Amino acid sequence: MTFDRTKVLALARGTLVLLAFLFAGNAVSALLRLPIPGSVVGMVMLAASLHFRVVRPEWVRPAADVLIAHMSLLFIPAGVGVMAYAGLLRREWLPLVAAGVVGMLAVLLVVGVLQQRMERRG
Amino acid sequence: MADTLAAALAIAVTVATYVAARRLYARHRHPLLNPLLVAITALIALLYAAGIDYAEYDRGGRLISFWLGPAVVALGVPLHAQLHEIVRRGRAMLVSILAGSVVGIVSGTAMALLLGASRQVVLTVAPRSVTTPIAMGIARELGGIPPLAAALVISTGVLGAVAGPAVLRLAQVRSRTAWGLAMGAAAHGIGTARAVEEGEAEGATSGLAIGLMGLVTALLAPPVMALLLRVLSVR
Repeated sequence: MTFDRTKVLALARGTLVLLAFLFAGNAVSALLRLPIPGSVVGMVMLAASLHFRVVRPEWVRPAADVLIAHMSLLFIPAGVGVMAYAGLLRREWLPLVAAGVVGMLAVLLVVGVLQQRMERRG
Repeated sequence: MADTLAAALAIAVTVATYVAARRLYARHRHPLLNPLLVAITALIALLYAAGIDYAEYDRGGRLISFWLGPAVVALGVPLHAQLHEIVRRGRAMLVSILAGSVVGIVSGTAMALLLGASRQVVLTVAPRSVTTPIAMGIARELGGIPPLAAALVISTGVLGAVAGPAVLRLAQVRSRTAWGLAMGAAAHGIGTARAVEEGEAEGATSGLAIGLMGLVTALLAPPVMALLLRVLSVR
């Protein structure tokens, strides 16, 4: 990794814009008591701002690309956190695991197959 | 000072494990070597072996988790780039997500009931398909166990990221937008982290699915569960 000054500045600017949208999304989600988290509201607000040219893509792209490419890394601590609830999981592990696996597969198949079928028809 | 050092160490070890897991995956390309799965397993083993509890690790861990917020916001970029494709399929997506949400709530809870789970666990399983903060909120509202809901959402999310692509291939789902939507609906952010590897269309629809699925499930879970529990007369 090279520490090119313009690259670092572009990353910093992108990060600030993303944080601003996260903050705004959190505020909207709290004020309107929306059942979806501020980050998802911020995602929609960012897409809308890009669409209406309030925000230029090059302002956010450098930071957005890095965060999206390494999203898996960001889930690692939460995944390790499952170990903190190992006790809870152990108590009724079979219904929990079975319900989790069946539910996941059912949603995956229903959404994937239904969506593809409707796209072909429409 | 010691706390700061411990946090820095936790971050360094997490990043190093992630980098190593990615290298391993790049070399072998086996779906079971999914970097997220490998890194989580390795770190849990390491913490157990070293006798470090999760709260201690999470002092550094939460500084990594924090960036999930901006990362989800960043999905607005592919969402914007794919806006035309998404709007064109907008109605179909709403129908798919609506069906997926109901199927998710009913299939999970039915399975748990069949296997004799307690009422509390059944209510915890209901919001499994949505992103962690929403799932915890729904579980709390229904009378389930929020941290258990979070653990279930995350572990089945990892399963979705690992097994999802193979399942979708078997089901012959080839549309990129349907692929992304399914991964986001079934495995929320963790599925999306996998979907962005496929391309922009998959990443954008997957990110959108997190929001739609969360919204629809938050609205549907309480009435559907009330009806389900009454019909099945669960105490």
